[in-house]
Amino acid sequence: MSDAAHIDIESMLRLALHPVEPPEKLRTRLESTLQELTDLAVEELEAWELSTMRDPRNWVRPVVATTVGVTAGTALVMLRVRQQHRRRKASSRNPLELAQRTLKGAVAEARKLIERADRA
Amino acid sequence: MDPQHKARLDRDFSDLYRAHLRDVYSYAYYRIGNHHDAEDLTEQTFLQAYRHFERAQAESEGRPLRPWLIRIAHNLAANLYRDRSRRPQTSIDDTAELRTLHTTEDLVEGRDQLARILASVKELPDERREALIMRFALGMDNREIARAMGKSDGATKVLLHRAIKQLDGIVTAS
Repeated sequence: MSDAAHIDIESMLRLALHPVEPPEKLRTRLESTLQELTDLAVEELEAWELSTMRDPRNWVRPVVATTVGVTAGTALVMLRVRQQHRRRKASSRNPLELAQRTLKGAVAEARKLIERADRA
Repeated sequence: MDPQHKARLDRDFSDLYRAHLRDVYSYAYYRIGNHHDAEDLTEQTFLQAYRHFERAQAESEGRPLRPWLIRIAHNLAANLYRDRSRRPQTSIDDTAELRTLHTTEDLVEGRDQLARILASVKELPDERREALIMRFALGMDNREIARAMGKSDGATKVLLHRAIKQLDGIVTAS
């Protein structure tokens, strides 16, 4: 292969393999997810400092915090659980009921992800 | 972990994300061949990177982290193929992608040539194709590519040379 041909194919490669801009919807989704992860990690630290493990209203914090260190898939489960936490809190009569609803939510979200993975 | 340390890590990760989102997405797109899976792969890459960022940053000793990110994407893509037992799909939308670059009629011939190059790249063995994507789509130098692929600088130089040579042969034959 001559140098000229070599240069030519490289020029063509530069044109053919141009960088691809990620879709806006991906940016939005990803930045939202990363922001949630960042916020949750901060909450984890707050939870430790306050030593509120005995209060069921705060159970979701250490559970969520642990998630960051487990797997990305599990993190997604807990993100969704955390996002639904405020709604559950409003509809729960007491902290125990809130904890039960949160646990059920986590199981449901995990099941959804597993089903989605099975379908893929 | 110290809250201030955590906040700094998050800021650094945010910078990394902003600097290299397009790189990861471009790699994923050319590696997998369709936008849908490329989006999933990009998302999973950054989630996994977030999990291991502290250690990676500590071990990098100030070196750029782009090769590390691309290596994560590379491993996830390999898992994707293994799990689904499939090769890259042929749906790299050559014409759509190239249309955005070349819209005038006098560039039709050039567009066909670029489409032929893309089709030829897909015929290369995985490792050679990946090296070309890293070099030409992401603009990575030999050292970065070597780190991303877990090879020596010398082996990477040879890999790139052979990839270009093989590609030239395919294009000429076609």
